[in-house]
Amino acid sequence: MTFRTYRDVVGADGSGIAEQVGAQRLRVRRQLRAVRHIVAVVSGKGGVGKSFVTAALARSGAARWPHRIGVLDADLRSPTVARLLEAAGPLVVTDTGVRPVTGAMGVRVMSTEFLLESGRPLVWREPDSERFVWRGTLEATVLREFLGDVLWGDLELLLVDLPPGADGVADLRELVPQLTGVLAVTIPTDEARESVARTLHAAAAAGIRLLGLIENMAGYRCPGCGDINPLFPGNAGPALATAFGIPLLARIPFLAARAPAPEDWDCERVLEAIT
Amino acid sequence: MKFLCIDCDQQMQFAERQVPGDGTFAAAFRCPRCGRSVALLANPMETQLVGSLGVKIGGRTLDAPPLEMVRGTIQGRDDAFLEEDGVGSPVWSGAAQERLSHVPTFVRGMVKRIYADYAVQHGITEITPDVMDRARGDLGLEGM
Repeated sequence: MTFRTYRDVVGADGSGIAEQVGAQRLRVRRQLRAVRHIVAVVSGKGGVGKSFVTAALARSGAARWPHRIGVLDADLRSPTVARLLEAAGPLVVTDTGVRPVTGAMGVRVMSTEFLLESGRPLVWREPDSERFVWRGTLEATVLREFLGDVLWGDLELLLVDLPPGADGVADLRELVPQLTGVLAVTIPTDEARESVARTLHAAAAAGIRLLGLIENMAGYRCPGCGDINPLFPGNAGPALATAFGIPLLARIPFLAARAPAPEDWDCERVLEAIT
Repeated sequence: MKFLCIDCDQQMQFAERQVPGDGTFAAAFRCPRCGRSVALLANPMETQLVGSLGVKIGGRTLDAPPLEMVRGTIQGRDDAFLEEDGVGSPVWSGAAQERLSHVPTFVRGMVKRIYADYAVQHGITEITPDVMDRARGDLGLEGM
């Protein structure tokens, strides 16, 4: 017996799966058509301050382009950026999409934070068994809906705060072919350098532009004399910048008393570089 | 996915779908020439995998509503979503959101809705702490 191929059998499959997937992608393209720059903020390693950098850039961007900055928190399981931007639900559902929540300085935010009870983990309604098989697909679907079903509107910049790990950026690129590029965040340690390097390699392999690098917690600023002394061993920022031929756009010091403000690091320069 | 009737060398056509229980998904296909039917039975894992894509076996007759999968699959707070009533919803200022954040979570959605309705009824496009104070006074909402 010789079988024909799928394409040899002329006719739709009865479900139009390919067409449905195509319609999903089209929805994302349409929803983002008025967004000028889409930048993924990535790391590879958790706890380096990626969400802090995203929120700070969003606030600075909102000062320059009022009501034209969006933030998509793609860290579905551990969302934090909405809180940093003082954004709280509920989400308003319209016939054409869901309105992003307006956070501090008019930044438009979408996050699973709006869906979850405070301090509770992301839980799926689906059966627990074999979840490893479908969880990744479901997470990609949620990200697609956050991109394609949220009324982002006319934006100068949409920042996508990706979770730690190297594979998320390529997944995002599949959904958003017009992705402007990635901005990587690291801390000085060798461990962070290794993790961030993996993510940058993955981004480069996917053909995504590497916009630059930010080194967070790059030293401790003495509140007495103002000098910056080492906080962590290592020099991941300069080393990664050299290895990948990308600019080290900012080094953010650790301050004991408060979170660094945009004027403590060259936030404006970073905005210039990524838009 | 296509089903071919080997005897007729004819593509079978989708007939119906059912979810008979225990997570099983059933789809029936029929040969348009000889009438023979087959059923595809997917186990719960397979059903879930296909469902995770946000596609419908047998095709869609209507566009997917906004955040269909998010709303259907994430177990979260009951007040996460607010249906628009056909009237433009007001924007919340940062200070108003901050004040709202002090309202206990289990009633926050309801309280937010009350303020939003008040704003819409009074033609207010942005809810600020001042608007919240006025609403409290007008509606007798002391304590919210």
